[in-house]
Order: sequence, then structure tokens, then C-alpha cells
Amino acid sequence: MNAEPRLQVESGAVVLSGDWTLAALLPVMARVRMNLKDGNLLRLPWDLSAVGRLDSAAAVLLWRTWQGRWPAQIKASATQRRILERVAAMPSAPSMAVGRPVTPVEQLGRPVLGLLDNLHGMVTVLGQILIDLAHLVRHPSEIPWKEITANIYKAGATGLPVTGLVGFLIGVTLSYLSALQLRSVGADLLIVDLLGISIIRELGPVLVAVLVAGRSGSAMTAQIGVMRVTEEIDALTAMGVSRSLRVVLPKILGLTAAMPLLVLWASVMALLGGMLSAWIQLDFSVVYFIERLQRAVPVANLLIGLGKGVAFGLVIAWVACHFGLRVRPNTESLSTNTTRSVVTSITLVILLDALFAIATKEIGVPQL
Amino acid sequence: MSAAVVEITGLCTAIAGRDIHRGLDLSIGRGQILGLVGGSGSGKTTLLRQIIGLMEPTAGSVRLFGEDLHRAGRVGQRELRQRVGVLFQGGALFSALTVFDNIAFPLRELRALDEDWIRRLVELKLAMVELEVHHGTLMPAELSGGMVKRAALARSLALEPELLLLDEPTAGLDPKRSASFVRLLGQLQRELGLTVVMVTHDLETLKGLATHVAVLADGRIAAAGTLDDVVAAGNAYFDNLAGNGEAL
Repeated sequence: MNAEPRLQVESGAVVLSGDWTLAALLPVMARVRMNLKDGNLLRLPWDLSAVGRLDSAAAVLLWRTWQGRWPAQIKASATQRRILERVAAMPSAPSMAVGRPVTPVEQLGRPVLGLLDNLHGMVTVLGQILIDLAHLVRHPSEIPWKEITANIYKAGATGLPVTGLVGFLIGVTLSYLSALQLRSVGADLLIVDLLGISIIRELGPVLVAVLVAGRSGSAMTAQIGVMRVTEEIDALTAMGVSRSLRVVLPKILGLTAAMPLLVLWASVMALLGGMLSAWIQLDFSVVYFIERLQRAVPVANLLIGLGKGVAFGLVIAWVACHFGLRVRPNTESLSTNTTRSVVTSITLVILLDALFAIATKEIGVPQL
Repeated sequence: MSAAVVEITGLCTAIAGRDIHRGLDLSIGRGQILGLVGGSGSGKTTLLRQIIGLMEPTAGSVRLFGEDLHRAGRVGQRELRQRVGVLFQGGALFSALTVFDNIAFPLRELRALDEDWIRRLVELKLAMVELEVHHGTLMPAELSGGMVKRAALARSLALEPELLLLDEPTAGLDPKRSASFVRLLGQLQRELGLTVVMVTHDLETLKGLATHVAVLADGRIAAAGTLDDVVAAGNAYFDNLAGNGEAL
């Protein structure tokens, strides 16, 4: 295989032998570098005629040893000379500009500009959707029904098991923990009011939104992102198919339609869980629970919950599409934008939820 | 040194129940530039993947430098693979790294070279494939098709491989670029004394570069030898090409 690279000083000359290649150097790197460190070698004539093979990695090593100059005397074959000459022709100092340090103003300005850029992008996506909708009103035959229904199925129908299970478990937990507290103050009856209002109005929508952001939001961002990486988006545009009409709009409409249904489903499952727990723990009959639920929870709460579902679905899909379209064609950008999409949509959902709470504080809460 | 660099005996490959190779034998000697040709779907790229050891043979063996990659163990495998450079069809540059970092990647993986050494080597490789130093700061997505090939070639040469595998090196390049890429490959092969195996559809590349050709058909090597010999012996693949009006 490889002959070990050797360095000997014979009769006042440095004689190299063996294979001077990267593969041969690796196992004996420390020793070779030690040998080459000797400053006296520089002044001696060098003899490379016994070297088997010389590659550019070894040539760089020699050139550095010679401190960027040819030794006074050198015996080397034409091939070896050519390899060394190529190394010699390279600039010895790093030629790439080193980035200058970032000033505090820039440090502050970059994120602000980034935020503005994101806002601009999101407004653009929304504006495009509105233009598309206006276009569809005038040309109803172009409505992408297939894509919209496919998105409802993907985000909604296939999400039923997980949202149902999580809702049910949350219902059981909430009911169980509240029952312990309420019983100690003798307010067992209020468990229905508590569960009804909190689940229908608050927990159902937020819970589903968090699940859907992680489940469907990330999938949407990744899908649009990969379509950008593989130029599929450009291919669509080239075929005269509007990317916003065929890719973005169906996602947003689909999720906006599917979310309230998921919210309703998850709320029902959570109430079922709560009912079951109340029945076991507090010995509440199911009939009584349902009867009390009607009186304790005004219908307005259900409407608020469903309204939140619509708004959250819109926000999640909107954010997901926005970040999907921002993906640049590399893997790092894809992962960054998918993460951002999920984090941003969950944050926005919680923010929106707070706004909802303030705006609807007078509605649907029974006054005692 | 006369031992074959790649020795394939009785190779059988089946993917999803479909036989790709049926008892394929091929031996590639040191310093050869072998052009691997054959119709679409004849298993050329799969054969290349077998040589790199990305797939395991259903039967038969592939020996690299006299050793079976799948029996070499972890360290042995790494050492064998460091002697092989691969240019994938689409370049397969790491999209999240700059061109410079792409070429530096295999060198840094060695954990034996300092940054100054690596920088000089990377700049040397860039110059070898006729890219400018400032191209090193670009991301792969910012490169043109020809530059991607060059950058990928520079990366495959980073570890000074003894065997270079090229999958469609000139596909997607215009004739002028393709010709200059062939010239570049030929020059590098002469200087570095590489053994080259390339899959290609391009007759110009084959004529300009290959010392030997092997024709794949029906999961076997239908013909192998120098280009002139294979053409003279009358091979269906080349007859087809000639029938399509391509002069040999």
C-alpha cells in the first residue's frame, strides 16, 4: 500500500523518501511535523528524488516548512516541481475578507428589520389571498375544490384521533383536579359550569390550535419549502398555474374550514372525559350533567369557541404558508423556517386568544 | 501495484424484487479511465453505488483495493472510503455550507490538519477545478450548473483519492462547458494518476476521456475493453448510437 514517508539528513542534505501523500502522512503526522520543525533544515539542500508519490496536501506541508520560499537547492522531478509550483502560486495569507465586528446599532437593527420584513411578507400573502378570492368570485370555475377538500381531509379528518384523545384526557384531568378542590368547599355542583365554560370557550380552541400548529402548520411549511427547494413552485408558475391559487389558498381555506370542526370535536371529547370523571368521582349522573350544562353555559360560549377556531386556523395556515415561501433552497433554511412557523403561529394564537378574552369579556359569562 | 483497484465478481443486485445485476464481473486496473455505458435503467448508477458500498450485493462481491468493503469493519471502511472520491450526479453539495466549507468538510473530518493547511488545500482545489477563490464564499444554491459540478469535483478530490467515481459528469452542461470539463478531468487524471470510473451517456465525454469502456446490458457486462476494440467488435449499444446518426 503506502510506503511510510521518511525524512533523513544524509551528508548535508535533507533526503525525503517514501510516499508523501495525505493518506500516508496521517498515521505518522506528529513525527513528521516534529522532524520538519528543525529550523536548520531550511538552509540545507533538499532531495525529493526518492519520494514515491507527492500529493498537494504534502506539498502544502513542505511549502509551509520552507516558509513560502524555494530552498536554495532542490532535487525534484518535473511532476513534483509542478505540484509544488501550484502550491507556490497560491496566496499565503487568507484572502477571504474577515467580516468586520457588528456594531450595537446593527445588532438592534437586524432583528427589527427582520420583523418588518416578516410583517411585509405576511401582509403580501394575505393580500394575494384576497386578490385570489376576488378573482375566484368572478371565475367560480377556477375554484380549486380538489385541493381545498384534500387539505380539509389532511388537516381535519386525519387529525381527529389525536385531537380527540388529547381532549378527552385533558377533560378527565381537569375534572378530576377541580373536583378535589370544589368538594372541599362544598361547591360540587359548579364542576359543570367550570368545565363547560373553560373547555368550550378557552381550552378546546387553544388546545386544538397548538396541536394543529405542530401537526399541520409544520407540514405545510415543509411542503411549500421543499417545493421551493426542488423548483416545483417555479414549474407550476411556468405552466401558468398560480402558486398562490393552487398551493397557498387551498391550505388557508382548508384549515380555516377544518379548525372549528376540530375545536367542536375536541371540546365534545373533553366534556365527555370530564363527565366520566365527574360521574366516577362525584357520582354525578350523566343526565344531570347534560341538563346542568345547558343552563350553566350560554350558547354564546360555543359561538366564541368556534369563532376562535376559525381565527386560529386562518392564522396557523397563513403563518405556515408565509414561512414556507421564505425557505431558501438549502436544508438549513428549511429547518429554521419550519421551526419559526410553529413557534410564531403558537405565539400568535395565544396573543389572539388574549385579545378574544378582552373583546368578549361581557358576553356569555353568567352573572352571579 | 498491478492489482486491480476494483474487482467485481458474480455481482447480483435486486431492488424491490427486480434483478438489476445478474452475475456481473468487472475488473478495473490502476490508472484506467473506464466509461460505463448502457441504456437507461441498465443499472449503471446502481453499479457505482455498489462500488462505493452504498448498497449491499445480493450475491457476489465487490472488492476495493483488494478488500471487501462490507467485511472491512468500521475503521477499515472509513479508511477505504477516504481513498475514493465520488462526484454525484446532482453534485450533492451540502446546501447549508458554503463552497469553501463543502470542500473543507472531508479535510476537517480527518481532525489532523490545522485551519491554515486546510485553507491552502481548499484554495488549491478551487484553483485546480478552475474556480476563483472568492467563489468559495458562495452557497451551492447560488452556483450555476457547471460551477456546481466543479465545486463537487473539488470536494471529491479533497482527500487526494486514488479512485474517482463520476456519475454523469457532463450531464446538463452545454457542449462547450462539457468539453472544458472533460479537458479538466483528463488533466487532473494525468497529474494525479487517478483511476476513474464514470457513468456517462455522452459520446464526446467518452471519446475525450475514457481509455476503456464497459457496456452494461441485461445485468451483465456485455462488452469491455478499449473504446476502439468494443466498437470494432460490434456492440448493440454502439450500433444503436451509430444508427441514430452519431459518428464514432
